[in-house]
Amino acid sequence: MTLSAPVRGQPSPLRAMIDFYLTMMRTAIQTQFQYRAATYMYLLGMVAEPVIYLVVWTTIARTHGGQVAGITAGGFAAYYIVWTLVRNVNIVFTPYGWEWRIREGQLSGQLLRPLHPIHYDIAEFAGGKVIWVLLYLPIAIGLTLVFKPTFDLTPLGLVVFFPAIVGAYLIRTMNLWLLGMVTFWTTRGSAIFETYIMAELLLSGRLVPLQLMPGWVQAIANWLPFKWTFFFPIEVLVGHPSSASLLIGLGMQVFWTAVGAGLVWLLWRASVRHYTAVGN
Amino acid sequence: MPRALTVAWLYVRIGAMNELQYRANFIVALFQALLALAVALVVLSLVYAHTTELNGWTEPQLLCLLGIQILMGGIINAVIQPNMERLMEEIGDGKLDHAITKPEDAQLLVSVRELRIWRTIDIITGAIVIGVGLTQLHRGLSPGDWLAFALLLVLGGVMLYCFLLILTTGAFWVVRMGFLPDLFEGVYQTGRWPIGIYPDWLRYSLTFLVPIGFAITVPAEALTARLQGNTVLLAIGFAIVLVTVSRWFWRRGLRRYSGASA
Repeated sequence: MTLSAPVRGQPSPLRAMIDFYLTMMRTAIQTQFQYRAATYMYLLGMVAEPVIYLVVWTTIARTHGGQVAGITAGGFAAYYIVWTLVRNVNIVFTPYGWEWRIREGQLSGQLLRPLHPIHYDIAEFAGGKVIWVLLYLPIAIGLTLVFKPTFDLTPLGLVVFFPAIVGAYLIRTMNLWLLGMVTFWTTRGSAIFETYIMAELLLSGRLVPLQLMPGWVQAIANWLPFKWTFFFPIEVLVGHPSSASLLIGLGMQVFWTAVGAGLVWLLWRASVRHYTAVGN
Repeated sequence: MPRALTVAWLYVRIGAMNELQYRANFIVALFQALLALAVALVVLSLVYAHTTELNGWTEPQLLCLLGIQILMGGIINAVIQPNMERLMEEIGDGKLDHAITKPEDAQLLVSVRELRIWRTIDIITGAIVIGVGLTQLHRGLSPGDWLAFALLLVLGGVMLYCFLLILTTGAFWVVRMGFLPDLFEGVYQTGRWPIGIYPDWLRYSLTFLVPIGFAITVPAEALTARLQGNTVLLAIGFAIVLVTVSRWFWRRGLRRYSGASA
C-alpha cells in the first residue's frame, strides 16, 4: 500500500507522520495476529471483571422491581458490554512495562530514533487494537445472547462513539506514560500506579455506572480525567446524552489529552537526562 | 513421608529467607493489600446502599465471604502460584532437570520451592475481615461450625492447588501458557460473591471446572448457617477426585518431558 505518489524533495512533515503511523499500525496488526490464541485467553480474563459487576447489579435490579437508580437489568447489560469494548480500546502500555523497558535497557535503542518514543507506543497499540477488537466481537455476541442487553442506539451516538473511544485511548496513554516515567526515579512505581487504578475504578465508571455513586463523588468525577476514559464513551452509546453534553465530553477529552501531552513533554525531557543504561 | 516433609519445610524456610532480604517490599505489599481491601469495602457498601440482601446474603455475611476470598487469594499468591509459574518456566527452558533428578517426590519439590512471604499479608488481612464479619453477625459458632469451616478451608486450598497444577502441567504439551496467571486472576475475582448469584452455566463452571465455589462460598456457608451435610461430603469426594486426577496427569506430563540436554 503506497499512500502517496513520489514527492519531489522533502515530503511534508504531516504526510511523513501519517505514513509512519500507518506503517507502524500495519506491522502491529500483523504481529498481534500471530499471537491470536494468547490474545484470546487474555481477553477472556479481562471479560471476567465486567461480567461479575453485571451479574451483581442485575441480581439487585431484579429484586428491586427491575431497576436500580433508574437502570434496568437490560440497561446494566448494555453498559457493561460496551464497557468491555471501551476497555479493549483504552488498554495501553503500563508502568510495569516501563519497569521492564528501563531495567532491560530497551529504551536505549528507542532514544536513537528520530521521533519521540510516545509516537511508537501510540501507533503500535492502536494497530494491535484492530486485532483485539476483531477477536472480541464473538465474545460480545456471546455476552449479548446471554445477558440480553437493551440497546437503543442513535445514529449520532454511533458517530460520536468513535472519536470518544479514541479520546479515551489518548487520555489513558498520556496518564500511564506519566506514571511510567516515575520509574526513572524510583523502582516502587507500582504503588503509585495501583493508587491511580483505585481512583480510576471509583471515579471513572469502571466499577459501576456513575449514577450509582453518591452525588459528591459524581461532582468530583466531572473535574478529573478518569470519567472521560470509561463513563463518557459508554454513555455516548448506551445513554442518550444531549448534543451539548456530547460536545462538552469531547471537549474535556481534548483538554485532558492536551494537559497530559504537555506534562509528558516536560517530564520526558527531565527523565531522559536521568536515564543511564548498561550497553549490550 | 516425614523425611519428605522435612525437605519441604527446609525449602519453605529458604524461600522465606530469600524474600526477607527485601524488607522494603513489605511496605509495598502492605500498601497494596490495604488499597485492594479499601476498594472491596467500597464496592460492598455501594451494593448495600441499594439493597439489604444480595441473593439472601446480608452485608456481614458477605464480609465473611470477602475475608475468605482474600485469605485464599493470599495462599494462592504466596505459595501456589509462584511455584506454578516457576514450574511452567522450567518446563519451557529445561531447567526442570534440577528438580526431578533429586531423590524426593518431584511433585512435592516443585510445589514448595517458592514462597512469597510478603503476600501472606493477605492471609492476615483476610482473617481480620472474617473476624469483623463474624462480630457483626452476632451469631455464636459451635465447635462443629468451626471444625467444618476449617476442614472446608483446607479442602478448598487443596482443590485450588490441584486445579492450578493440572493447568500448569499442560505446559508439558502446550508451550505458550504465559496467559494463565492473568486468566486465573480474572476468574478468581468471581469468588468475591456467593456463586449462587451467577447464571447456571457459570455456577456449575465455577464449582466443577474451576473449584472456586468449593474454595470460597462453601466455607462461607459454614460460617453463616447455610451448610448442608451433603455439601461437605461432595467437597470431600471432589477433593479426592482432583488429587487423584492431578497426580495422574502430572506423571503423564513428566513422561513427556525431555529435558535441557536431550
